Amino acid sequence: MMRIECPWCGGRDETEFHYGGEAHIARPEDPDALSDEAWADYLFMRANPKGVHAERWMHAQGCRRWFNVLRHTASHEVVAVYPMGAPRPDLPETAA
Amino acid sequence: MARYSIFSLARNALTGHRDWPELWRSPEPRPAYEVVIVGGGGHGLATAYYLAKEHGVTDVAVVEKGWLAGGNIARNTTIIRSNYLWDESAAIYEHGLKLWEGLSRELNFNVMLRQRGVMNLAHTEHDVRESIRRVNANRLNGVDAEWLDAEGVKAFCPPISISPEVRYPVLGATLQRRGGVARHDAVAWGYARGADARGVDIVQHCEVTGIRQVRGRVTGVETSRGFIGAKKVALVAAGHSSVLAEMAGLRLPVESHPLQAMVSEPLKPVLDCVIMSNAVHVYISQSDKGELVLGAGIDSFNSYGQRGGLHVLEDQLAALMQLFPAFSRARLLRSWGGIVDVCPDASPIVSKTPVEGLYINCGWGTGGFKATPSSGWTFAHTIARDEPHPLNAPFALDRFTSGALIDEHGAAAVAH
Repeated sequence: MMRIECPWCGGRDETEFHYGGEAHIARPEDPDALSDEAWADYLFMRANPKGVHAERWMHAQGCRRWFNVLRHTASHEVVAVYPMGAPRPDLPETAA
Repeated sequence: MARYSIFSLARNALTGHRDWPELWRSPEPRPAYEVVIVGGGGHGLATAYYLAKEHGVTDVAVVEKGWLAGGNIARNTTIIRSNYLWDESAAIYEHGLKLWEGLSRELNFNVMLRQRGVMNLAHTEHDVRESIRRVNANRLNGVDAEWLDAEGVKAFCPPISISPEVRYPVLGATLQRRGGVARHDAVAWGYARGADARGVDIVQHCEVTGIRQVRGRVTGVETSRGFIGAKKVALVAAGHSSVLAEMAGLRLPVESHPLQAMVSEPLKPVLDCVIMSNAVHVYISQSDKGELVLGAGIDSFNSYGQRGGLHVLEDQLAALMQLFPAFSRARLLRSWGGIVDVCPDASPIVSKTPVEGLYINCGWGTGGFKATPSSGWTFAHTIARDEPHPLNAPFALDRFTSGALIDEHGAAAVAH
């Protein structure tokens, strides 16, 4: 089981959290202008990397607040936690 | 290829079974092939087999980064059924089930198919309505299906508890009598042996690191054992599909998750059917060795780790205790995880891609084992003819653009 550092409550077990999928997928500004391909990309296409993944988590059994996490999808190591709306932090290359 | 028969068995018994031939060669990769299949699991090997057998395409290599059949084909709970809701799914899965029914003879390899019946339980009024709807849909599509009430469930599977005193009582179940289980390794080995005998090179420990293209057309794959040229490249890498697609500049509507399974210590025969429950979430059968084979749900987060959280296993065991209180005394022997590639509509992708000569077969999610024969059969057709068979045409990558999704979350059995 993973330990995740909630920015407000501190480190807790993974079971206290709800996973929210890939982060930084912005709703299109002008949906009417979107092509079918752009809609498909927004709705369905995902990065799904083997490596560091930017993703959303919510502390469901704690403060119930959302935040972003950078986590390695093979080692499950959480390498960064940062607020919703903040840009994805740059990481040194060591996070492999 | 040495044919297996009662005579070959007797002949080899005389020499103490030391002289059985190898099932397949382990050749060095040649510089180029007509088709390179990336992924030496069940679906990849089935694809190679049907390319050679149905389409006469034998200049084929299957490249596998690990060892043959070491991924999900070796990690699943071996359940086979075809009782999916929509016409498109019923057609492709039922085609698979029919292939299963003749597979041991076809491959001259005992895949130990046992059609012992698969029950999908209903625990709520809504479950009941959806299940009966699915039975009716199945029948209209020529797929065998029955609705059993709670007494019928008990009669078909005596060890189950249908007590109304629990939180989610069993109200009934769908039953597909032709469903069952098979020996998962044997399927992969049988396809590998059949493909190898027809001239397919199976190259293990050969990891693809790049997909070379010239002007929108594939020309081969970079691998850990050098460049291998190919007119056509077919990706069948299950959980790692997104990684390979990215090498070709494609994005997929797929996310990779851990899916776990576990077995108990061997018990005397107690369960002669397959039980699946969406609502309380557990699925169980008993292997020939006597182990109870249990499947869990996926971990929620993206992962390539081939392991999952213990709390996920605990959830399945809690569900199992409700359905089969007697099994509380069974001890678990081991658990393991695989990486499943999940599509938003819980249906697979067996398709051409925007890159000429590049084909992809992925997104089977939590239920790919049952589809091994039809996945390979339809994918081989797609590669050989450069166009999909009517069976897999609806499962094209562009359905996510057109919106013609095939939503099988209800029939997929594993919640995701």
